[in-house]
Amino acid sequence: MTFTIYKRELSSYFAQPTAYAIIVIFLLLSMIMTFSFGNFMRVGDSSLEWTFFFWHPWIYMLLAPAVAMKLWADEQRTGTIELLGTFPVSIWVAILGKFLAAATVWLVALLLTFPIVITVNYLGNPDNGQILSGYIGSFLVACTFLAITMLVSACTRDQVVCLIVSVAICVTMVLCGYDDFTRELSKAASPAVVEAVTSLGVWDHFRSLNRGMLRLQDVVWFASFIIVPLLGTSAILSAKRS
Amino acid sequence: MIEVENLTKSFGTKVAVNNLSFSVEKGEVLGFLGPNGAGKSTTMRMVTGFIPPTSGDARVCGISVVDQPSEAKKRVGYLPESAPLYNDMTVTGFLNFCASIRRLRGSAKKEAVERAIETCFLQSVARQSIDTLSKGYRHRTCLAQSLLHDPEVLILDEPTDGLDPNQKHEIRQLIRRLGETKTILFSTHILEEVEAACTRAVIVDRGVIVADGTPTELIEQSGTGSLTDLFRQVTTRDTAAPGEKKKSGKSRKKTAKAGA
Ligand SMILES: Nc1ncnc2c1ncn2[C@@H]1O[C@H](COP(=O)(O)OP(=O)(O)O)[C@@H](O)[C@H]1O
Ligand SMILES: [Mg+2]
Repeated sequence: MTFTIYKRELSSYFAQPTAYAIIVIFLLLSMIMTFSFGNFMRVGDSSLEWTFFFWHPWIYMLLAPAVAMKLWADEQRTGTIELLGTFPVSIWVAILGKFLAAATVWLVALLLTFPIVITVNYLGNPDNGQILSGYIGSFLVACTFLAITMLVSACTRDQVVCLIVSVAICVTMVLCGYDDFTRELSKAASPAVVEAVTSLGVWDHFRSLNRGMLRLQDVVWFASFIIVPLLGTSAILSAKRS
Repeated sequence: MIEVENLTKSFGTKVAVNNLSFSVEKGEVLGFLGPNGAGKSTTMRMVTGFIPPTSGDARVCGISVVDQPSEAKKRVGYLPESAPLYNDMTVTGFLNFCASIRRLRGSAKKEAVERAIETCFLQSVARQSIDTLSKGYRHRTCLAQSLLHDPEVLILDEPTDGLDPNQKHEIRQLIRRLGETKTILFSTHILEEVEAACTRAVIVDRGVIVADGTPTELIEQSGTGSLTDLFRQVTTRDTAAPGEKKKSGKSRKKTAKAGA
């Protein structure tokens, strides 16, 4: 059943220009960043940590909500949620299917950045295990933002509202753990507050994966920031009906 | 086949459906009449398991929608009010999707989709994208979706709303034909439909049943030989002034007595 929903959502992404547009924008932005600000050709960063992966959360905070905003907002605007709600399947089936479809769009986008991996392998002698770990980290950040956007889209039938609110949340999560921001914050707030704010941010966990480490706290962080919004989606959809 | 027992639904302080009870026997086509806002859609949404009742229960083929929603939903085909569809799919694609969700596979699925397309006269648009369909075809596509799993019970919310007279006629014919083998509950505020398609009708007003009977009985009850008159007597107009409301309240008592 989940697969049926997954297939429908995925073909709906690729039946419209949305997915293509977002994938192309992602590829362009990530390449522009890598080659201009990232100074890819000069710094010789073969792990891709600073030149390539560093930019991903910044791009995702704007693009991931654009992918996931329609998931429930559209369903509520057109009333098709009433069809889903009267099919003999649990709402979880739909939540999972939709989430996996959106995640697949990002997986495709990430896989299409393969030329950069070929390039570093051609130019130098990188640690491909670390690059793979960087990709996993990047994908998990995307999944986190998708799950959060899905939660927001369950709250509204308006895609634009959903986009604005989710971008705001994702931007906050990117800024929260960012070094410059943390430095400024620590001048003004107590260490406990700084730590609490930083723990909401993606950087700590994203960086450790970039360096090829997978710590328990990273697994827990990503798992909870993906699963909790999905649980929330289910709770909001049921609450809206009663 | 459908048993509705003391079904109540409140939205905040607003009571949309108030302690409603009725039943639809096998082979009956029950017309569910009432002015806009009477609570028809809310009742149907509860019977189909889309929204949970505040209190009370509904049973489909003896299965409670509150206790065993999945089992009950398997036996029901539902056409929601505005015939919602996934606009980015083709008619066949959409029906295939709905059939898969209804756990139909392989040749059973193919046959079910073909049968539904035939029943609802969708052959000419089967490969067309749904967002290019006219309203009549949209309605019929959504209706086809409700027939895929050959349900024992059909619940249709304003199946003829917004259609032209030819299309209305076709849908009524279809309902009558389907009614030969299925139990149907359909809502409408068009009174000719009652005589054209129903074996029995109930009129609801503000969440309460105010009249119940076969079309002939209801016409007798009206006293003037017109269903419209009965409808106007027993239901509240949303523009009614307080004085008028009292009057309609009185006449309601009269008709209730006449019905008893
Ligand atoms: N989700 C909801 N929240 C609040 N009020 C609602 C909701 N759905 C329906 N209502 C109210 O319940 C009443 C009955 O609505 P409905 O069942 O759609 O009537 P009908 O289908 O007979 O026209 C209306 O007054 C409507 O405003
Ligand atoms: Mg209605």
